[in-house]
Amino acid sequence: MTDFETFLLDGRPVRFTRGQTILEAALAAGHYIPNLCHHPEFRPHGSCKLCTVKVNGRLGAACTVKAMPGQEVASDTPELNGTRRVLLQMLFVEGSHFCPGCEKSGACKLQALAYDLEMLTPHFEHFYPSRPIDASHPDVLIDFNRCIMCELCVRASREVDGKNVFALAGRGTASHVVINSASGKLVDTDFALSDKAAHVCPVGAILPKRVGFAVPIGERLYDVDSISTQAEKRVGEEV
Amino acid sequence: MTKAAGHHPTELDVVLARHGRDRLRLVQILREAQEIEGWIPPETVAAIARALDIGVGEVESTLEFYSFFYRRPRGAYVVLFSDNITDRMLGNRSIFDHLARRFGVRRGEVSSDGLVSLDYCSCTGLCDQGPAILVNGVAIPKMTLARADQIHDLIRSKVPITAWPKEFFQIDHNIRRADMLLGSPFVPGSALKAAIAMGPEAFLVEVKRSNLRGRGGAGFTTGVKWEAAKKAQGDERFIVCNADEGEPGTFKDRVLMQYYPERVIEGMALAGFVTGARSGLIYLRGEYLYLKTPLEEKFAELRAGRLLGRNILGVEGFDFDVEIHMGAGAYICGEETALIESLEGKAGRPRIRPPFPVVCGYKNKPTVVNNVETLCKVTEIALQGGATYEGYGTKQSTGTKILSVSGDVERPGIYEFPFGVRVNQVLDEAGARNPKAVQISGASGACLGIREFGRRVAFEDVPTAGAFMVFGEDRDMFEVARNFAHFFAHESCGFCTPCRVGTAIQAKLMDKIANGHGTQYEMAELTHLREVMRAGSHCGLGQTAGAAIADTIGKFREDYEKRLAHKDFEPAFDLDAALARARSVSGRDDAASHILDHA
Amino acid sequence: MFHVAPTTRKRKVRIATTSLSGCFGCHMSLLDIDERLLALAEIAEFDRSPITDIKHCGPCDIAIVEGGVCNAENVHVLRELRANAKVLVALGACAVNGGLPAQRNHVDVGECLARVYTHRSEGQAGAVPNDPELPLLLDKVHPINEVVRVDYFVPGCPPSGDAIWKYLTDLIDGRIPRLEHPMLHFD
Repeated sequence: MTDFETFLLDGRPVRFTRGQTILEAALAAGHYIPNLCHHPEFRPHGSCKLCTVKVNGRLGAACTVKAMPGQEVASDTPELNGTRRVLLQMLFVEGSHFCPGCEKSGACKLQALAYDLEMLTPHFEHFYPSRPIDASHPDVLIDFNRCIMCELCVRASREVDGKNVFALAGRGTASHVVINSASGKLVDTDFALSDKAAHVCPVGAILPKRVGFAVPIGERLYDVDSISTQAEKRVGEEV
Repeated sequence: MTKAAGHHPTELDVVLARHGRDRLRLVQILREAQEIEGWIPPETVAAIARALDIGVGEVESTLEFYSFFYRRPRGAYVVLFSDNITDRMLGNRSIFDHLARRFGVRRGEVSSDGLVSLDYCSCTGLCDQGPAILVNGVAIPKMTLARADQIHDLIRSKVPITAWPKEFFQIDHNIRRADMLLGSPFVPGSALKAAIAMGPEAFLVEVKRSNLRGRGGAGFTTGVKWEAAKKAQGDERFIVCNADEGEPGTFKDRVLMQYYPERVIEGMALAGFVTGARSGLIYLRGEYLYLKTPLEEKFAELRAGRLLGRNILGVEGFDFDVEIHMGAGAYICGEETALIESLEGKAGRPRIRPPFPVVCGYKNKPTVVNNVETLCKVTEIALQGGATYEGYGTKQSTGTKILSVSGDVERPGIYEFPFGVRVNQVLDEAGARNPKAVQISGASGACLGIREFGRRVAFEDVPTAGAFMVFGEDRDMFEVARNFAHFFAHESCGFCTPCRVGTAIQAKLMDKIANGHGTQYEMAELTHLREVMRAGSHCGLGQTAGAAIADTIGKFREDYEKRLAHKDFEPAFDLDAALARARSVSGRDDAASHILDHA
Repeated sequence: MFHVAPTTRKRKVRIATTSLSGCFGCHMSLLDIDERLLALAEIAEFDRSPITDIKHCGPCDIAIVEGGVCNAENVHVLRELRANAKVLVALGACAVNGGLPAQRNHVDVGECLARVYTHRSEGQAGAVPNDPELPLLLDKVHPINEVVRVDYFVPGCPPSGDAIWKYLTDLIDGRIPRLEHPMLHFD
């Protein structure tokens, strides 16, 4: 008898402990499943749907489906990767993602996923949103045009920082992050550069001021190893 | 008591006090706060945030989610035209345009004198007596140009709505075919007495024996749901009546709540009896505001008759009471976990399931969410026993189903049939006029063509929450699908990527085809999008948002083809229109300042 | 979709290139294939291109378009290339998603023109130019796939010479062109 149970991911056995989601178990075992709104320190959100997999023939988000013994999970298939590519294209056209002008480029999860899934074009007609930028805070800038509604900042501020600086408001494509102050400006909150929420954005929507383009091209987070290669090298760590 | 700021601190204070400054009641607080000025100014947002001890952003999160909350001033009279495809078929657009002309106001705008604002809204559930409108939240069916003129005059003369002619507000039940439920007399308390005589365990056995399945569309077995909630850990349990009947083309719950309220409420009490829940909540869609007071009067009557409240019918410890939570214009709240979020005063974004509401629902307590019709059905089971359902309907879909029939039929209205009824029979009884298609179960349902009219309404064949929209031979099924595409884009909650973005792209592509700029490319795009939305979406809204388009492309392709440009490719946008702004500021109108051809 | 099949290589592959609303950086990057230019010259010849200075495009195998669509002239040029090319390739960020020029899209083009031409200081107030020779601006800058059908996309600002070479040779040799890490990048 072993302490571990296993499920099958693309035909390979993956060990897991009870309570882990498919995504958590897969990442811990060094098997990459694309994901964007997931963060190991936070409860599953399940909104970006990049981690959509087929569990015993049924589609589900790997970040929200609990691992169970004997499950057969399909992830790295042309069909699912095709769906993921479309989801990325949707995010790219919904916001304004001009990589050459973004300080996050090279360390951006959205971009890294697009590379990994070989997304060569955003394909759909661009929405060209015109969302105001909040540069009011002395240390942090927010460009809402890059926001992908993953709510990681909302969650981090609430759950880690205990500050509740952000909330998601609106509906449908009018969804947007709002700031919890009467003026709606970041400067009028107790937000600080040291907050978890200041460093959790997977894209370039929340950025520290005055440190843009600090890492040279070629040495940035995803320049050498792709996001999937890195995940595969990170076996056993909490990811 | 903290004094709230704002233009009307005292009125807002009353609202806040009435709801105990409870964050869970934020949707109700906003509804009532809005009645003060007709909209919710920033000071009110701030005052509510302070009073509830939450962030301004959290209030905004709820406020901006619901269509019937306004952050900017509205007219003293807010006139909303129901814009379901059935309203369109009855000519709502020309009546809207007429009224807009007479008031000199455009869609979505407020007249310069602040008197009136005019807009469209999603289906108001009056498809059998449309076109329908809402004036300050109150429904008026059977709109005509003449009635629009009368309304125009009343508004111009600033006559309060309470003084408008009563017949304007007359909502007919249009019950055309009554069966087991609609045709049986009901003595309030009789079902409870029968269940009490059996005891909760034995009654649950009867409910399970009946194989009653949820009438909201999903068809989950009611007895199993109740049993799960009964067995779930929790010091408190809730029964929620899902009266957020937002599916375009559905209106049977409205009729049940207006004409059979005792059945609905007693069904909730029965659920409480079995599961041990003491609180019932009716989540009533905002469009059905006119049902709120009559329902509350009914609660009072039932309490007086010891059919609600403490020690119901004298049974020691059988306590159950009911209250109404109003929705505020969000179709997604018909999804049970979104509904629970809304009950808790939040934006109606569906939760991750599991855990399911029977384990972790309202206030994270075991919660049964049942459809209005389902709750009526359990009163039948209490009175007649679960075995009565055997041999009624089909093996997998027992009992009767109430259909909301609208569209091109002589007799639109409510039809109760045993499950398994063929589409043809419904069409015959309703007097369908040369039908070419039936949209069953609303915008998210299935579109059937003539060759499928022999199919049966049942969970195992064509499942339905009740909508049955009939389209005659001259109807354009492309426009039907386009209407639904815009509905979904408007109603997507925005939580998950495929639905938020996919419904918006889908609506744009349908408009492109409608404007004569579609090609086979757009057709292929729609088909592909549908697959991605179905595969990736978080809940049923996104999963079904492309269904009507896929169905109509498959079955009524000619309605699309006739609009397509016979070209390889058409630009995503209107090239010449994109030059208009620069033309205007430069004062140019020469040939080179236009792109007229589409080579 | 067309590939330039190896069997047709009896004649040279005819390539057209252009820069719409771009910075010619992608063309510079094309020149960055260095000595491989000689190899390219063996198998390819150029139609309309800044390299040849031919003003109008004739029938060609591959059209390579840099830059987004910003004005009426861009539309005409792009359509001419599309009409003449078997295969159209969007080269670089601007052609693929609008790029830097599209960052003006949240600004009203009318206000922008008025600000530039009519609100000048020191009494120099003029009018927005109305010469028909001037290409009129579109209200927004669009990637080229929103105006014509595009067969292939090579993102990057600019794509590296290596990426361009890899993609072009894949195309010319009849392989499905592919860009992977680390050659695929958006910046």
